[in-house]
Amino acid sequence: MELIANLELGLETALTLGNLFYCLVGVFLGTAIGVLPGLGPTATIAMLLPLTFTLPPVSSLIMLAGIYYGSQYGGSTTSILVNLPGEAASVVTTIDGYQMAKQGRAGAALATSAIGSFFAGTVATFLIAAFGPPLAAVALEFGPADYFSLMVLGLVASVVLAQGSLLHAIGMVVLGLVLGLVGSDVTSGAQRYTFEIPELADGINFVTVAMGMFGLGEIIRNLESEPQRSVIITKITNLMPTKEDFRRMIAPILRGTLIGSALGILPGSGSILGSFAAYSIEKKVSKNRDQFGKGAIEGVAAPESANNAGAQTSFIPMLTLGIPSNPVMALMVGAMIIQGIQPGPSVITEQPALFWGIIVSMWIGNLFLVILNLPLIGIWVRLIMVPYQLLYPAIIVFTAIGVFSLNNREFDIYLMAIFGVFGYVFAKLGCESAPMLLAFILGPLMEEYLRRAMLISRGNPWVFVQRPISVTLLALAVLAMLAVSLPSFSKTRSEAFKE
Amino acid sequence: MLMIRSTKDFWAGLIYVFFGSCTVIIARDYDMGIALKMGPAYFPTLLGYLLAFIGLVSVARSFISHGAPIGEIAFKGLLLVIASVLLFGFFVRRLGVAIALPLLVMISASASDHFRWRPTLILAAGLTAFCYFVFLRGLGVPLPIWGSWFGG
Repeated sequence: MELIANLELGLETALTLGNLFYCLVGVFLGTAIGVLPGLGPTATIAMLLPLTFTLPPVSSLIMLAGIYYGSQYGGSTTSILVNLPGEAASVVTTIDGYQMAKQGRAGAALATSAIGSFFAGTVATFLIAAFGPPLAAVALEFGPADYFSLMVLGLVASVVLAQGSLLHAIGMVVLGLVLGLVGSDVTSGAQRYTFEIPELADGINFVTVAMGMFGLGEIIRNLESEPQRSVIITKITNLMPTKEDFRRMIAPILRGTLIGSALGILPGSGSILGSFAAYSIEKKVSKNRDQFGKGAIEGVAAPESANNAGAQTSFIPMLTLGIPSNPVMALMVGAMIIQGIQPGPSVITEQPALFWGIIVSMWIGNLFLVILNLPLIGIWVRLIMVPYQLLYPAIIVFTAIGVFSLNNREFDIYLMAIFGVFGYVFAKLGCESAPMLLAFILGPLMEEYLRRAMLISRGNPWVFVQRPISVTLLALAVLAMLAVSLPSFSKTRSEAFKE
Repeated sequence: MLMIRSTKDFWAGLIYVFFGSCTVIIARDYDMGIALKMGPAYFPTLLGYLLAFIGLVSVARSFISHGAPIGEIAFKGLLLVIASVLLFGFFVRRLGVAIALPLLVMISASASDHFRWRPTLILAAGLTAFCYFVFLRGLGVPLPIWGSWFGG
């Protein structure tokens, strides 16, 4: 069995003492930052990214992946204990999780979340292992035109899945593409939009953008109305769910894993859409639907499994095609490039130890999450209770030093401040930042593939509809666009996000 | 009479138009090339027109359909947070981490309505020590503890 041989290779890589250590550190730090209210995975990873620069490539990616699901799990903890989601994907967990906590069942809710996440993580890891190589093989057939169309589809999907106005989602995507132009033109070497500032010659670093928009922008937004948090401080005595709990969580975990895995592959969504969908489906099919909103364990189990499954499967397009499907994966791509690895379908064949090592370490990381988080819950509660007025200056300090350490220059600190203003202004105008960041990353790639496609086709723009892969992808993009513009769909879309 | 019914659409649209037209205008200095062999100006020009067009649609829409108001703007938070970061950038090599970092903490923290001196000073001291050991000593971030103004 090739799969088993591959997983063995992955185990060999992931089970070295060093990599185990970095996985553990990543999971721990990710959870520690992730439990802090208002800090989602994107900001967490951007903040902790500089810590991984000096590591060898495999270790650094293992640690980053650990940070990612650690921060997701941390966000869930916060949702359950404080009714304040640490990140968008755990918004729905607050509904029933917090009710459970109020009824003195915080321990059971946390354990359910951990068990569901672990199960989902395990399944999703196998899915990546099973579907990664064949997908990468398909991707090797992709020509420049196909890649271009794939990215168009990715951006369209991120527009369709964005919250708020469709027009502004498109606007933000194009704005992101424009910002991605800054720097040297790859083909001609010409300096574009650099305003003769030498620091801009290599373009704007995406970490700077992410930290500005998701870090500073978010802080300023929170300062509008400072939340008064009430943490459930009742001693979390009983972590073990009852037998009845176990019985009730099985089906939701299975359904949540399935939904989350499928939706996680979609560009633009990652884990957010999965957790929303899993919750609303559970609400419809569950026998205990009258208990939803009042502390139903199903309402924790389903979205938490979906959330983690989606977080894992969103690695699939990144690892096999080299195309990030959400800002978190964009940060991963950035990290790979910093490490000198060009993400794409060839990674599997050229660096099998890296590819399989990451996959196996995902599973190990999920195991760490279960082992770590339940005993350490006391620490997380303390972290959550840090008042916001002391928390955000610390975040600003870490982002400022982190962004400086990218290139060891003050310029990036100034640039981050500018993007902080951007982030706040656009948030006020109801324009979402996530599609912009994704477009910002994809922009240079898109231009590159567009040029190559046109060169190969001798300037014939019909190449995009003449190649079967490309035309399929474009048709999907058009369909998605049409569907979302239909009045009936846009109504359900806004309702889905309201819920 | 024309009335702005959706301030969000209006301002977002203006921003798009601004960035879009700047992109197109600046791209005039670059070589356009042809579709077969695109110059550095080709893709930006396309994007610029597209962005400006989206902006115009948004502005037009702001006169037609109603939208939620922008709401109160956190000027104090915006000003203090951004200023604290800019000042940190300016002072970090000149005064050094020992002074620039507590300054960053104090200024940014003062944006909060719950700001109190004592806990914030303790936080500033703690963070400075932490960053010194973890980032400067541990990870080797090349920042001086005492800056050039002290001959550091």
